[in-house]
Amino acid sequence: MKKIILALTTSAAVLGFAAAASAQDKTKICFIYVGSKTDGGWTQAHDIGRQALQDHFGDKIETPFLENVPEGPDAERAIERMARSGCALVFTTSFGFMDATIKVAEKFPDVKFEHATGFKSAANVATYNARFYEGRYIQGVIAAKLSQKGLAGYIASFPIPEVVMGINSFVHGAQSVNPDFKVKVIWANTWFDPGKEADAAKALVDQGVDILTQHTDTTAPMQVAAERGIKAFGQASDMIKAGPETQLTAIVDTWGAYYIKRTQAVLDGTWKSEQMWDGLKDGILTMAPYTNMPDDVKKLAEETEAKIRSGELHPFTGPIKKQDGSDWLADGAVSDDGTLLGMNFYIAGVDDQLPK
Amino acid sequence: MGIIEAILLTVVTAATPLVLASLGELVSERAGVLNLGVEGMMVMGAVLAFAATQATGSPYIGILAGIACGALFSLLFGFLTLTLVANQVATGLALTILGLGVSGQIGEPYVGMSGVKLQPIVIPLLSDIPFIGPILFKQDLIFYLSIALVFGVNWFLFRSRAGLKIRAIGDNHASAHALGIHVIRTRYLAVMFGGACAGLAGAQLSLVYTPQWVENMSAGRGWIALALVVFASWRPWRLLAGGYLFGAVSISQLHAQALGLGIPSQFLSALPYAATVIVLILISHNRRMTLINTPACLGKPFVPDR
Repeated sequence: MKKIILALTTSAAVLGFAAAASAQDKTKICFIYVGSKTDGGWTQAHDIGRQALQDHFGDKIETPFLENVPEGPDAERAIERMARSGCALVFTTSFGFMDATIKVAEKFPDVKFEHATGFKSAANVATYNARFYEGRYIQGVIAAKLSQKGLAGYIASFPIPEVVMGINSFVHGAQSVNPDFKVKVIWANTWFDPGKEADAAKALVDQGVDILTQHTDTTAPMQVAAERGIKAFGQASDMIKAGPETQLTAIVDTWGAYYIKRTQAVLDGTWKSEQMWDGLKDGILTMAPYTNMPDDVKKLAEETEAKIRSGELHPFTGPIKKQDGSDWLADGAVSDDGTLLGMNFYIAGVDDQLPK
Repeated sequence: MGIIEAILLTVVTAATPLVLASLGELVSERAGVLNLGVEGMMVMGAVLAFAATQATGSPYIGILAGIACGALFSLLFGFLTLTLVANQVATGLALTILGLGVSGQIGEPYVGMSGVKLQPIVIPLLSDIPFIGPILFKQDLIFYLSIALVFGVNWFLFRSRAGLKIRAIGDNHASAHALGIHVIRTRYLAVMFGGACAGLAGAQLSLVYTPQWVENMSAGRGWIALALVVFASWRPWRLLAGGYLFGAVSISQLHAQALGLGIPSQFLSALPYAATVIVLILISHNRRMTLINTPACLGKPFVPDR
């Protein structure tokens, strides 16, 4: 039943959008969001990027968007409607839109598509992503310094490479400080459900974790952490408002510059399908101010960040063993991007079984 | 605090909005009106409760605002389906879509604000009982209301004259009309009660469960509430049990994951729904019992002959 409603909502939104679209000579740069643009997390970060894009080009472009588009068959309809309405470039901003984007792109060879965080591309489909794992490594370092029990809780969304990579990086960062560090993982199987995220946070705290980190989209886990008096990391947007005395730092996605660059390429006619995967040094992700921690931890965090920026430190540097005990990276070896983007295994030290 | 106690506390918070919203829908359906707009009324209650709390600083005013908003919003449904005799299923779906949209609009300025949490009311003496005390007697007002309402509705439906009338209307509105019962007026009241309960459930979401406002924060709980009514075969006590069963299964699956038992998380996430399906099958096994409890005129429009 919920599916039907979502379908209806989507179609209603799409219809409204199509009706509003008029024949103008502005270039249309379109966005598909998985959540609401005010979710305080992932989608909000994309929408801030969209606004930066609109401000940069002003009257030259329009930036229509569709919110709350469910991943799955409905996504295909939504993206197709966007493409049909005359968009020059469509940003589909969730991993689950990957197959739908590729399918629609086949039907509209003249429309350019950019899919966030996926691994499938085509002549008119580029992918873009940020090296979030760099931020998660720093969070792991901080967690290991601050956790008295050496145990952190991790609220994960779906077992996709992006999320698995984040968990591994967090654990590896923590173990660079405390080799015995453990992490408990709960898969919420949703990106967006404040109640469920809060429940997962409560379950983790009740089982004794004293640091929380999340890979879901709302500030509910941060609130639970604040209520229970433990520390937590924000996700995708600066969540300091939800936990002024709780947030240690947050990975903040800053998509604006990329959106401007790619739109400029479309306007200039120089757009090509590329696979962008930038990190801290390119400013596509930034760390929210390091707060609520002693100065020495802050200093270590800043040093780690500087090392990652300069390229001196790659978060996935061996020796790293896989969870099953087999070797993955030899001493000093660095993981290649392909392995990371398809990551479907845990490294040693993750106290969870990866859902298949 | 033991782990079991901690789990139960979380279960209570998760189950309360389900019990409240489905209790309201139960009364509405007992009167023969199927309102699929629970999700919409709930989310409207949530946003108005949050807004009123921000404006006044008092979550109790927020609760009142949530209740009033749910009741008023359901009045729209009542007008369309009872006075204009529109299709109940379609109108209910429309109400949900409208509620989700309008609440997003109203709530825009409140996104990212940290809310005021409704504080628990500690009942003296009773709260000192080991184990049970902290779980049942150190709760917030909305929890106490939810339990009182289950008692109240059960008594009202099956022990009072007015409740008998409601059930009569739900079973056979033509006969009830012939007996001189005001079918439409009673249905209006039942629908508004349903709206008020859904609004209260929404207030619980934005004041207790997660004291904040985010769009779509009901996240499908209205639909679960609808399913619970059928699950409970329109009996308040079973509904209470069903709500807590659902809450317990959804919370324990999170704990099972955190313990690292190695059960696939997708399976665990599906458990609450699987449990619901299994119980439904068991209940519907006894066809006579199901027929006795199902309001025969559920979803049927009534036009009085003049």
